[in-house]
Amino acid sequence: MSTAPIKQIHLAAHFPGVNNTTVWSDPAAGSHIDFDSFVHFARTAERAKLDFLFLAEGLRLREQGGKIYDLDVVGRPDTFTVLAALAAVTDRIGLTGTINSTFNEPYEVARQFASLDHLSEGRAAWNVVTSWDAFTGENFRRGGFLPRGDRYSRAREFLATANELFDSWDGSEIVADAGSGAFLRDARAGAFAHRGQHFDIEGRFNVPRSPQGRPVIFQAGDSEEGREFAAAGADAIFGRYGTLDEGRAFYTDVKGRLAKYGRTHDQLKILPAATFVLGDTDAEAHESAHEVRRLQVSGQTAIKYLEHVWNRDLSAYDPDGPLPAIDPEVGENTIALGRASVRQFRDPLETARQWRELARAKNLSIRELVIATTADQTFVGSAATIAESINELVQADAADGFILVPHITPGGLDVFADTVIPLLQEKGVFRTEYEGATLRDHLGLSVPVPDPARQPAP
Amino acid sequence: MSVSSSSPSSPSSPQPLHLAVSLDGAGRHPAAWREPGARPAELFTARYWAGVVAEAEAGLLDFVTFEDALALQSASPAGPDARTDQVRGRLDAVLTAARVAPLTRRIGLVPAVTATHTEPFHISKAIATLDHVSRGRAGLRILVSGLPHEARHFGRRSTPIPAGELYEEAADHVEVIRRLWDSWEDDAEIRDVATGRFVDRDKLHYIDFEGRHFSVRGPSITPRPPQGQPLVSALGDGVAAYDLIARSADVGYVAARDDDEARTAVAAIRRARESSGLAAHPLHLFGDLTVFLDEDAAAAEDRLDRLDTRAGHPYRDDTAVFTGTPRQLADLLQERRTAGLSGFRLRPGVIAHDLPAITRGLVPELQRRGVFRREYEADTLRGLLGLDRPAGRHAARPAA
Repeated sequence: MSTAPIKQIHLAAHFPGVNNTTVWSDPAAGSHIDFDSFVHFARTAERAKLDFLFLAEGLRLREQGGKIYDLDVVGRPDTFTVLAALAAVTDRIGLTGTINSTFNEPYEVARQFASLDHLSEGRAAWNVVTSWDAFTGENFRRGGFLPRGDRYSRAREFLATANELFDSWDGSEIVADAGSGAFLRDARAGAFAHRGQHFDIEGRFNVPRSPQGRPVIFQAGDSEEGREFAAAGADAIFGRYGTLDEGRAFYTDVKGRLAKYGRTHDQLKILPAATFVLGDTDAEAHESAHEVRRLQVSGQTAIKYLEHVWNRDLSAYDPDGPLPAIDPEVGENTIALGRASVRQFRDPLETARQWRELARAKNLSIRELVIATTADQTFVGSAATIAESINELVQADAADGFILVPHITPGGLDVFADTVIPLLQEKGVFRTEYEGATLRDHLGLSVPVPDPARQPAP
Repeated sequence: MSVSSSSPSSPSSPQPLHLAVSLDGAGRHPAAWREPGARPAELFTARYWAGVVAEAEAGLLDFVTFEDALALQSASPAGPDARTDQVRGRLDAVLTAARVAPLTRRIGLVPAVTATHTEPFHISKAIATLDHVSRGRAGLRILVSGLPHEARHFGRRSTPIPAGELYEEAADHVEVIRRLWDSWEDDAEIRDVATGRFVDRDKLHYIDFEGRHFSVRGPSITPRPPQGQPLVSALGDGVAAYDLIARSADVGYVAARDDDEARTAVAAIRRARESSGLAAHPLHLFGDLTVFLDEDAAAAEDRLDRLDTRAGHPYRDDTAVFTGTPRQLADLLQERRTAGLSGFRLRPGVIAHDLPAITRGLVPELQRRGVFRREYEADTLRGLLGLDRPAGRHAARPAA
């Protein structure tokens, strides 16, 4: 890699959310819903010149054992609304929102993103997700009708339809010439017609073309379908791997899929989520990382986490004792509902077997096992160590950058901005000023041009 | 009368009037965008909206409504038109309201939302979030849409949908929104380090709404908003709409061409409110009025003539169209309020001209007459309207 040109690192920040990575019990933890928290976080991210801030979504409160899960942060704002408000208190940082393609309609979502792009002067991004479960569906008109196998087909068609709506204005229609009285140059601005398996709609889209043309498209997920979906149409994918070997394998695989869609390597950015614990020295950081893990995984949290795999009530077990001898209940997970993490345990019996083996070999209690197997901090060390690790991973093509997930709201990003960012800037691998105005500029993505041959509705 | 007003009446001081303005594009008149100062090329920028709402706030108005629809504007109700001489295109009203919220401090922000094609779960959390980001200044204006071309943007429903069904669905929509706002008790977040619990889940409630068009389980994903219940408003332009206001709203806008029409509409809505068993709940009724204001009455008429000439037809609206001076308008408002109105929602014919005429001409005139505030007296929109912050429906009951 010595001859490869130096890559510029992309960094973004995820507002800490409802998972147990968020330490709400720390005295430094603030509100997760007051707008001041979002303002603080967004301004820090912008001060650090990050590409964007990112909000996750969950359209139903998670449950465990038939009750609302109460050990982690519960509650969050509406994505579009809080991003639009943040556009008022920031100037450059990208505003990325997760919006579900199952429990929404393309016309409404497209006009919300186009509006957000106008109102932020070109900073909107959409993380397209594909929840399908009937549990979430109980909050919506559509209910839980979508068969699991259809979720990507609906997502693909949803995105294609939204793109048709974005492209239904090419940006030259509005003349607004008071003298001549011509507001529009083209009487058919916004005309569209889409007929497909999931959507059969036509008419006139009512938001003129926005500064970015289309919002930046992000995609999360690691499945075969997810990787293909990202390669076909996303501008960025949330990778899952923060380590060198796994990261490189994922990077190579996903970037390798781009050519068949006529796309180049720089048209899809791979950005894994990354947690971090900073200290004055590496030793100090490792010590606080251990404390953070203990705060993230209480005894109760450990038992509840184990229930995701066992799909059984394990409340009678001692978190400081050994793993249950009984096997997981296989089949549809009925214990833990509304959690993305549940779906990653595709083979609970095998997961349980591996965990028992690991616990036996290292003499781990339930709580220690959960600490050992879940979300360990990606970057632990002094600012110099972390800056070096990030740069190393990016230069080695394990990622194009990272989405930082602090464990404290809203101040958890502050120390990173103050200590790590300047070191990356000194290395010449991270911007010292925003060079462009839009999120596409930050990510080095071009503005999509509507196909001039596009045939709108007759 | 059952109306609860914003401040105790006293024989010496007349009841204060409430004032809102309706914002849409360059103004209510289709040729408004061609007037001096209209900035038509900026209608899709945050700068434009921030400036307009700042003007309304400088005039101490109670709130602004942001008009919206899930279709492109058209001069014809039958479908899209081919006109190129009128403003076409709109930004989402909820997002526009959210975008200006951090730039304002006291004025209420009331975006229009179409019940017919949206999910009440999404709308509920969007307005709750608007209330969080504005610290208690959010409301919504609920709309229905029977337009076939609008339905074709969604492709889910066959049209025509009978008006009765549209309004019943809207009432259900609001019911779900309100139940979701109350689905978190105010003190649900406990952060109890000793037991490791972030929330007291006994203070989070399923709403289990079952209706003809949707069922929603709940609870909301968004904690209860600062106002508890943000303001719900709707336009009354017929009997079905009167019922929606009576059953569901905190503020109803009454479209009326004269005092008699206003009186008749107010009486009908009040009767419907009583039949709904909600007579004890405060309901503000605002008269809707389109205004063209100038220091000289003839100038206002000339301006409307010029606008009509440019539009190619005389301006008509579903409500009275006023041309004249701020003083004449103040007279009219004071006269018409006796129909049972607690305030007015003015639709500026040309925002660039008539909004400043409202804030810098009409407002001082009303202040001189002692019927309009001289400073904001509350931090929340409910507060400005004299409405208490309601306790959540679950908080009032003893634990089951």
